[in-house]
Amino acid sequence: MAGFGIGQAVLRGEDRRFITGKGRYVDDVRLPHMLHAAVVYSSHAHGLIRSIDTHEAKQAPGVVAVLTGQDALADGLGGLPPYFMPSDMGGPPGHRTIRPILVTDRVRCVGDRVAVVIAQSAREAREAASLVAIEIAPLAAVTTPAAATTPGAPAVWDECPGNVCFTLEFGNREATDRAFASASLVVALTILNNRISANPIEPRVALGTYDAADDSFILHTSSQNPHGVRHVLAQSVFGLPESRFRVISPDVGGGFGMKADAYPEDALVLWASRRLGRPVKWVSTRSEALMGDNHGRDQISEAELALDDTGRALGLRVRAQQGLGAYVQSAAVAPITYAMRMLPGVYDIPAVHCSNSAVFTNCSPTGPYRGAGRPEACFTLERLMDEAAVLLGLDRVEIRRRNLIPASAMPHTTATGVTYDSGDFAQMMDRCLVLADWDGYDQRTADSESRGLLRGRAVTTYLESAGVFNERMELRFDPEGNVTILAGTHSHGQGHATVFPQLVHEWLGVPYDQIRYLQGDTDKVAFGRGTYAARSSLLGGTALHAAAQSAIAQARTMAAALLDAAETEIDFADGLFSVRGTNRSLAFVDVAKAFFRPMGKPGGLSLGFTVQGTAGGESPNFPNGAHVCEVEVDPETGAIHIDRYAVVDDVGHVLNPMVCEGQIVGGIAQGLGQALIEQVVYDPENGQLLSGSFSDYGMPRATMMPLHIQSELAEIPCKTNPLGVKGVGESGTIGSPATLVNAVLDALRSVGVTDITMPLTPVKVWTAIEQARQTTRDAA
Amino acid sequence: MKFTGEYRIEAPRETVWAAINNPEILRQCIPGCEEIACNTPTDWTAKVTTRVGPVKARFTGNIRLEDLEPPARCRIVGEGNGGPAGFATGGATVELTEADGATLLVYEADAQIGGKLAQIGSRLIDSFAKRYADEFFAAFARIVAEGETLPAPTAPASTPAPAPSSAPTPSSAPQPVAAAVPQGTAPSYPPNVPAHYPPQPGWRFDSQSFVIVVLALLLVFMTIMVGVK
Repeated sequence: MAGFGIGQAVLRGEDRRFITGKGRYVDDVRLPHMLHAAVVYSSHAHGLIRSIDTHEAKQAPGVVAVLTGQDALADGLGGLPPYFMPSDMGGPPGHRTIRPILVTDRVRCVGDRVAVVIAQSAREAREAASLVAIEIAPLAAVTTPAAATTPGAPAVWDECPGNVCFTLEFGNREATDRAFASASLVVALTILNNRISANPIEPRVALGTYDAADDSFILHTSSQNPHGVRHVLAQSVFGLPESRFRVISPDVGGGFGMKADAYPEDALVLWASRRLGRPVKWVSTRSEALMGDNHGRDQISEAELALDDTGRALGLRVRAQQGLGAYVQSAAVAPITYAMRMLPGVYDIPAVHCSNSAVFTNCSPTGPYRGAGRPEACFTLERLMDEAAVLLGLDRVEIRRRNLIPASAMPHTTATGVTYDSGDFAQMMDRCLVLADWDGYDQRTADSESRGLLRGRAVTTYLESAGVFNERMELRFDPEGNVTILAGTHSHGQGHATVFPQLVHEWLGVPYDQIRYLQGDTDKVAFGRGTYAARSSLLGGTALHAAAQSAIAQARTMAAALLDAAETEIDFADGLFSVRGTNRSLAFVDVAKAFFRPMGKPGGLSLGFTVQGTAGGESPNFPNGAHVCEVEVDPETGAIHIDRYAVVDDVGHVLNPMVCEGQIVGGIAQGLGQALIEQVVYDPENGQLLSGSFSDYGMPRATMMPLHIQSELAEIPCKTNPLGVKGVGESGTIGSPATLVNAVLDALRSVGVTDITMPLTPVKVWTAIEQARQTTRDAA
Repeated sequence: MKFTGEYRIEAPRETVWAAINNPEILRQCIPGCEEIACNTPTDWTAKVTTRVGPVKARFTGNIRLEDLEPPARCRIVGEGNGGPAGFATGGATVELTEADGATLLVYEADAQIGGKLAQIGSRLIDSFAKRYADEFFAAFARIVAEGETLPAPTAPASTPAPAPSSAPTPSSAPQPVAAAVPQGTAPSYPPNVPAHYPPQPGWRFDSQSFVIVVLALLLVFMTIMVGVK
C-alpha cells in the first residue's frame, strides 16, 4: 500500500477545492425562487416582552412575511431541548430548558430570537427587521456564575431559583479531607476560564426547503452533526417523522463543537419555507455569530492541591461553577462533566473530590468548544502544579516527574473513576524537553535580558478523553469495483476525505483513487453521529474497520465461488484473494465486480455489494503529551512574544502524520488564542454584550503565534480499539492555555507578579507588572 | 457612560431658549429627523431615520422633562429605541448662561446603551457622539445667530430628511467654547430652511425643548452605530 496506506502523509485531497475556492458551502447553494431571512434579536439581556409590532416591517419593500413566536405556537411548533441532561445518564436532576425558536414572553439573553423577517433579498430582510418594534420591560440580569449564585440574584428561570441547574460531583470527599489534613502544603488558587466564541471561518448558514409534493423538508445547514440536527428538528420542533426530513451539511468551514447541534435558525428557515412555499436562506453575520452562537468555557473554580514535603500530590479539591447561559443547549453538559472527571490528568493523585455547578446566566448558551472541559481540567491542574513547585522551591520538571503515573502502572484508574488503558507520560515530557532544548534556556535568558525583556518558560502535561457514543460507517461498491465510504462522522476541516480512504485502501487493496468519500447528507448516509470530541479516528475508524471486515468476509464467499474453492482455503492479503497452495488469485476489486453480474445470485449472494460496520464506543481513548513554551515579555508594553513552542503527543497509532500535525498545531493556536486575547465580555450591570464585533472580540492573529511549533508524534497504541488509535483533534487546545500562562507567570515572577487571569492582553500584563512594582515600592 | 459639551451661541439667552423650543428648527437640525411631537408639555416623542452604509434604521425616542428653570436650566430623562439597532436610556442636565450678550450652553449627559449599539459601538461612541452633537449645535447655532426668519411649518416629511454627509469637515465642526461660531462655514444642512415660522398647529410653546437637544444626542448616538456591523 505504498504511498497511500495507513501511516502515510497522504496530501489532503479536499484541499484543492478549498484553496481554489471550489468548496461547496451552504451559502453556495442557491435555489430558484429563494427568499432570505433576517432574525430580530432581543436587545435586552432579561425582560418581559410587552408587545411585538410587525405592522411596519410587513409593509416594507420586498417583505414577504414577518413571523413571531405566537405564529410558531399557532403552527404547533416546539423548541430546542438540550442534547442530554445528567439525569438522562443516571446523574442528578436539573432544570431542563426548552429554547423556543422564537421567544414569546420573556427574553433571557441578548441575542434571544424574537421574530424573523422573510424578504426577496437579504438586504430587504435586514432593513425590514429594523422596523420590528419590540417593547420589553427590562428585568435585572446576571452575567457570571458567581453573580448568579449570590443570594438575592435575579432568577433566569423562575422554576430554578438560585440559578444552579445541577451540580455534578466526583471523587471521595472523606478521603480527600483526610489527604488535606495530612498534607504539609496546600496550594490554593482561584481560577477563571474565560468565556470565548468559536468563530469558525464559515459562520452558521441555513437554507430550508419545503417540498409540498411529498410533504417533506430539506435543510442545508452548516453543521457538524446533520443526523443530530434532523432528530431534534423532527422530534422536538416539528413533531413529524424523521423520514420527512433530509439534512445536508456539505463542506463546513469549521465547527469546534459550536455547530454540533440545531439552532433556532435551522427550524425558522424550514418553517418559513413551509408557510411560504419557497426556499428560505439565512446567513449569520459575524456580529450575529458573536452574539448568538453557543459560547465555550466560562468557568470559575476554587482549586486546592495537597502535597507532602517531597512534592508528592496527596489530594485535589475543586469547587467549580460553569456558566450555562440562558438555556441548557447542545451538549452543554459534556464540558461540565469532563472538566471534573479529567482533573487528575497524568498524575497519580490518590484522593480527589470535585464538584461543578452548572449555573444559568443572562448570556448566550455555552456548549462544547474544542476540548470541552478537558482544557479547563488541564488548566486547573497545571496551574496548581506550577504554584506548588514555586512554593516548595522545587523544579517544575521534577515536581511533575514525581507525580506522573508510570507506564508500568497501566491500566490506571483515577480517583474520579476514569481508566486509562495506556500511556507513557514521562517519555512524553522527556522528549518534549529535548525537543525544546530545555537545557539551553539560560543562554536564551541572558539574551532576552540584554534586550530588556523578561523570559519565562513552562512545561505542562495534558491528557484528553477522546471519543464518545457509537458510530456507523458504510462501504458501498459499484459495478466496477469502486467503493464509496458513507461516513456517519462529519469532516469540517479534519481531513476525513483523505484519511478514511487511506484505511480502506490499506485494508481492502482497492486503489486509492477508486475510493470516494461521502458524508453530511441524511438521505445518502443512513445514520451517523457527526464529528466532535476527537471521536472520528476511534469511532469512525473502528466502524470502518468493522465494515471492511464484513466486506472481506462477503467477498471471501464470492471469491471461493469464483475460484472454485472452499472458503476455508481462501487467504486474503494485500488486496488479493488466493487459494492456499495454488497460484490462483483474484483482486478484491474483481471479486467486488462479481456482485453485479446480470444473472443469478453469484456465490449465493445478493445483487450489489454494500456493507456496514458499527463501533460501540464502549471506551474512549486517552491522548496525552507534553508542551513546552518559552516567552519573552516586554515589561514596558506588556506584549508577549512566544519565542519557542514544542509539543510531543501520544496519538496512538498514527494514521496520517501530516493530518495529525495539522490538527495539533491548529489546536495549539486555538488554545493560545484563548490564553492571549479572546474573551466574550458582557456588561455585568445590565447583561449587554460588549464584544459584538471583531473590533472588540480579540481574534488571535498570525503574528501572535510562534513562528514554528516543533511537533513530534509518539505512538503508544491504544489497547481498547482495533486500530490502536487515539484522538488528535482537541489535544493542542487542551494543553496550550496552561502552558502559555505558566510561561508568562514564570517570566513575571521576577518582577513580583504571582497570578494573572486569561486572556493575557498586553494591557493586563502591563498593569500586573505596574501593580507589582508599586507594591514592591510601597513595601520598601 | 457620560458625555459633556459646551457651546457658545451668538444670541441672547431668551432667544436661544425660544429657538430651542422651535420644533421645526430642531427637526431640521437633527440629522434624519422625520417628526417631533409634543404629547404633553413635558412628554415628547421624535422619530429619526438614518442610513449609515448599507443599513437603514429608524429610532423612536421618548423624553420627559424635569426640574424646569426657564430660561436657565432643565433636567431631561429619556429613552431612544431603534429596534434591532439597539436602545439608549439616559438623562442630561442642560444649562444656559449669559456670556457677553451671547449664550453658553452646557450639557452633561449620562446614558446606558444596549443591543447592537453596545455590541459594536461601546468603544467608539464617545467620539461619535461628540462629533454628531457638534454637528447638531453648529447647525443650531448658525440658525439662531443669524436670526433668520423663523420657518413656516412644512408638510410632515414623507421621506426622511437627508442624513448628513458621512463626516463633517473640520471647518464645519462646532467651535470650542469662547471661539466664535463660524459664519458661512456651517454644514450645508438643513438644505432648505423654510422661510416662515410659526409652529405647527397644536404645538405648545413651553420651555422644554431642551429635551429635543438631548433626544437628538441620544438618537444620533444610535444612528451612527447602525451601519457598523
